[in-house]
Amino acid sequence: MSENIGDRFDRLPETDADREVEGRVSREGVVEYFEDRFGIPPETFEDYTFWEKGAGKIWLYRGEAPSPIEVEAIGMTCLRTRQEHWKPTTDFAQRFGSEATRCVIDLEPDAARRFVAGEDGEIAWDGDWGYLIAAHDLVGRREPIGVGLYVHGELRSMVPKGRQRDL
Amino acid sequence: MEAPLDPLERYRPIVDDFEAFLAACRRPLPRAVRVNTIKATVERAAAVLEREGVEFERRGWNPQLFTLAEEGPGPGSTLASFHGLTYGQEEVSTVPPLVLDPEPGERVWDACAAPGGKATQLAALMDDSGTIIANDDNLGRLSALRFNAERLGATALAVTNQDARNYSLNPFGFDEFDRALVDVPCSCEGTIRKNPDTLEGWSMDHVHSVSGIQRDVLRRAVQATREGGTVVYSTCTFAPEENEAVVNEALAAEDCRLREVDIELEYAPGVTEWEGDEYDPSLERAARIYPHHNNTGGFFVAKLEVGA
Repeated sequence: MSENIGDRFDRLPETDADREVEGRVSREGVVEYFEDRFGIPPETFEDYTFWEKGAGKIWLYRGEAPSPIEVEAIGMTCLRTRQEHWKPTTDFAQRFGSEATRCVIDLEPDAARRFVAGEDGEIAWDGDWGYLIAAHDLVGRREPIGVGLYVHGELRSMVPKGRQRDL
Repeated sequence: MEAPLDPLERYRPIVDDFEAFLAACRRPLPRAVRVNTIKATVERAAAVLEREGVEFERRGWNPQLFTLAEEGPGPGSTLASFHGLTYGQEEVSTVPPLVLDPEPGERVWDACAAPGGKATQLAALMDDSGTIIANDDNLGRLSALRFNAERLGATALAVTNQDARNYSLNPFGFDEFDRALVDVPCSCEGTIRKNPDTLEGWSMDHVHSVSGIQRDVLRRAVQATREGGTVVYSTCTFAPEENEAVVNEALAAEDCRLREVDIELEYAPGVTEWEGDEYDPSLERAARIYPHHNNTGGFFVAKLEVGA
């Protein structure tokens, strides 16, 4: 096994058995995570490749690129791995969260506003703890807002500082 | 106090209704948002803005563009913007990507892409497919480009940090683009309505020094585009030295020709002579969009076909 090189993009191996870099997740593992945790159908990612740059930072990309590639960015960061609980990004939740059927917590208007501002809130939820996709009803449709961490009756907003808004 | 517009006096001979032009340059610019069709249809974005109580007007020539009422929240302070359904982008700055007119699945280069309004517009026009390579040589501005691309959900877009004048495609494993957008750094005279102090540092020396860079980036873009492909050159300035003269040099040095710019906005044709210099007659196919034409900022756009 070789070591992860942090300053370039490496395409994820197809399966864990194809792994050549210590600790690197596989495409299959990532797609399964999105399906198992959030019910996002695997075919959602048919046209996409997954990449690692930096330790555990997973990127999803729909364009052309050979592996490895040294550029500033390809597509978007979608997931943080190499830690006990994997954590999807806000931008991923907004872009693909409408495909989710599980671990989506629907917020009332006030709670949604606080979540967008980056505030934590006490809220009832009888599903799994951990990272959830927070959503709200927006003109007749469930619109994902971002990712929250649910523990002990509290939903912690994971919306990054630069994305938070007081609306 | 009114900002001095002295540097614009030199354009009196080429601008129709020069007094109306000056008057428009003194008026503040209407704020506008572009609907990010990667994340929402035009109708959904409109419905979300309406629900928020944000007043806006549609602009017929570009259905994806709304101008915002003077009072009310700014383009970046709405729920629609937080969700990435809209992006604050000046009306006239949506012109170059529409003129480039990329198709889904193509390979497209945005040579000077930060902060990413036009690059993400290209991605949206391509249904977020193909490959959009958004480059900028300014590392400081790249973070804004990356931030905006991710916020708008542009997943077929890659970001590079190279000097566009000798851009290398080596990292990507293909050797030419189908289309390229060359929206170069310029003296920005056309942004006077948005930045009233934009002319304060104006000098003829700056115009001349920046035009050399513009020419080199445009030439590189033509070289990197396949035969039959399209290159769009644009600036937000009025100076012919940075516009027609730059395109004229590319026409002389590279295998390319001018095509008509097809947009439903009022504009003036490119000039073919300026201060004793003559340009290729086909430069009248370029478009000069003046502030008083459509109540926008100023822009120059030229469309080139490569080879054949």
